[in-house]
Amino acid sequence: MTRVLVVAEHDGARLDPSTAKCVRCALDLQPTALVVAVLAQSGADIAAQAARLAGVTDVALVDAPHNAAPLAAVLAPQLASLAGGFTHVLGPSSTFGKDLLPRIAALLGVGQISDVLAVLGPHSFRRPIYAGNAAVTVTADPERVVVATVRLASYTGVGSGPPAPVTQRTLDVAVPSHTRFVSRRGSGGARPDLMTAKRVVSGGRALGSAQGFQLVAELADELGAALGASRAAVDSGFVANDLQVGQTGKIIAPELYVAVGISGAIQHVTGIKDARTIVAINKDPEAPIFEIADIGLVADLFQAIPELIDTLRAQRALKP
Amino acid sequence: MQTIMVGIKRVVDYNVRVRVKPDGSGMATSGLKMSINPFDEIAIEAALRLKESGAFAQVLLVTIGPAEAEQQLRTGLAMGADRAIRVDASGELEPLTVARALHALALREQPGLVVLGKQAVDDDYGQTGQMLAALWDRPQATFASALTIDGNVATVTREIDAGLEMLEIELPAVVTTDLRLNQPRYVKLPEILKAKSKPLLVMPLASLGFPVAPQFTVHDYTSPPARGAGLRVKNVAELVAALNARGVLS
Repeated sequence: MTRVLVVAEHDGARLDPSTAKCVRCALDLQPTALVVAVLAQSGADIAAQAARLAGVTDVALVDAPHNAAPLAAVLAPQLASLAGGFTHVLGPSSTFGKDLLPRIAALLGVGQISDVLAVLGPHSFRRPIYAGNAAVTVTADPERVVVATVRLASYTGVGSGPPAPVTQRTLDVAVPSHTRFVSRRGSGGARPDLMTAKRVVSGGRALGSAQGFQLVAELADELGAALGASRAAVDSGFVANDLQVGQTGKIIAPELYVAVGISGAIQHVTGIKDARTIVAINKDPEAPIFEIADIGLVADLFQAIPELIDTLRAQRALKP
Repeated sequence: MQTIMVGIKRVVDYNVRVRVKPDGSGMATSGLKMSINPFDEIAIEAALRLKESGAFAQVLLVTIGPAEAEQQLRTGLAMGADRAIRVDASGELEPLTVARALHALALREQPGLVVLGKQAVDDDYGQTGQMLAALWDRPQATFASALTIDGNVATVTREIDAGLEMLEIELPAVVTTDLRLNQPRYVKLPEILKAKSKPLLVMPLASLGFPVAPQFTVHDYTSPPARGAGLRVKNVAELVAALNARGVLS
């Protein structure tokens, strides 16, 4: 009997697409029960979204004022309590899940399997180590609950199915007051979200300045793409850190990835190697990014990118 | 005035490319340059700055590992830490075991703050800080990019997928570091000499009072499938044609 509890990620109003990916991973365990836990201040809408994910058998909704912000110290004891009777607890390998799931695991007295790439069996999983330079099989003790985070770039989200029942749960769990949410701010903007976008355009150090980086932003907008950056571009202060793509930033798997002026350090490549099509544009013909690019163009960025934007714009104008 | 405890791990240097052993039984790490895990080096720097600001009295470095890990402790002492503890253990340790050891040390040393790297760059687990905070029943602030202390409260800016989040946590607490928290200082030669005489205590893992029992077996190490180089185009027109041919623009 495999019973899987999936921890839902949300922003207080909408379910994050990471949850549908965790459900896909959970289905590989061939569960007899697949329950999504929604902990929120007022989560009825989020629970309804989770209930429509294909394969979900039940949604456990815990509404409480202390669940307004996703604080690991507050959520973990509630989820550890909900986990009773489950064989597996899964959450996304986003910053939300990476923060929360180890705290749940420790409360349950078990280790955690981080960044599941593939499910080999109910207690056997593939995961990456050394910044993706290797993968290993981890086999867990079948007598213990498995707590794991799911590498989001390795899974596509499930579609929708008939709605599962939503059960309101009241937990008799003491939550701490020693951790307080103060504020949250994003870099904002109207562009698609980097983690879920079908197309991503990233810029590197070769853009030279925040102003130069505008060229990459313009290309992203022409393609309807999310904007990303290499660590070198972030370290140089061209853009905010939440745009960073790579092992130390976001690991993504878009259909189209365009790397502009990015050399292709291993830690960056780790973050993009699951992209369907990788395009590299770089002045340096020896840049390692060309070793993994599906389409490579050696060119001066400040000539090639404006020309590319113009060509794409002209092509778009010709379409009916 | 209290102690800040910093946990560090000895890992293959960040700049060295590590390969899988031909028989898939592990990673070929022997003879490679070893260093302090880079996130842990940032943790040491954060602790030193808090001590220099007067918020804490001393910086205690701890590691769970073999005798060779004393090299990394000495480096941290040379950076400016006051004393060190090595919990003697060999082989791959699971994060829960490390967290239990750190918890035992926290109960013994009563630090006001524990700072750890957000993950080790070898096993990439990213769990130890959160697990320690759970076992210790204290606040956690992971992926910190800014950290200030005011009396009994730390204000931490966290790097999250959606941007930046600010938390207030009561001390004692656990903070894990992200890359942008600081730029660790360089060690000067006189400090290396001075660090040799700083106290370094060794204790066996078994003395910390919990059973060490691995829960996982790790096997079948493989290299990722190589992604071959593709088409090289000469100009923007060819690039757009290639994109159209692959159907990625429609």
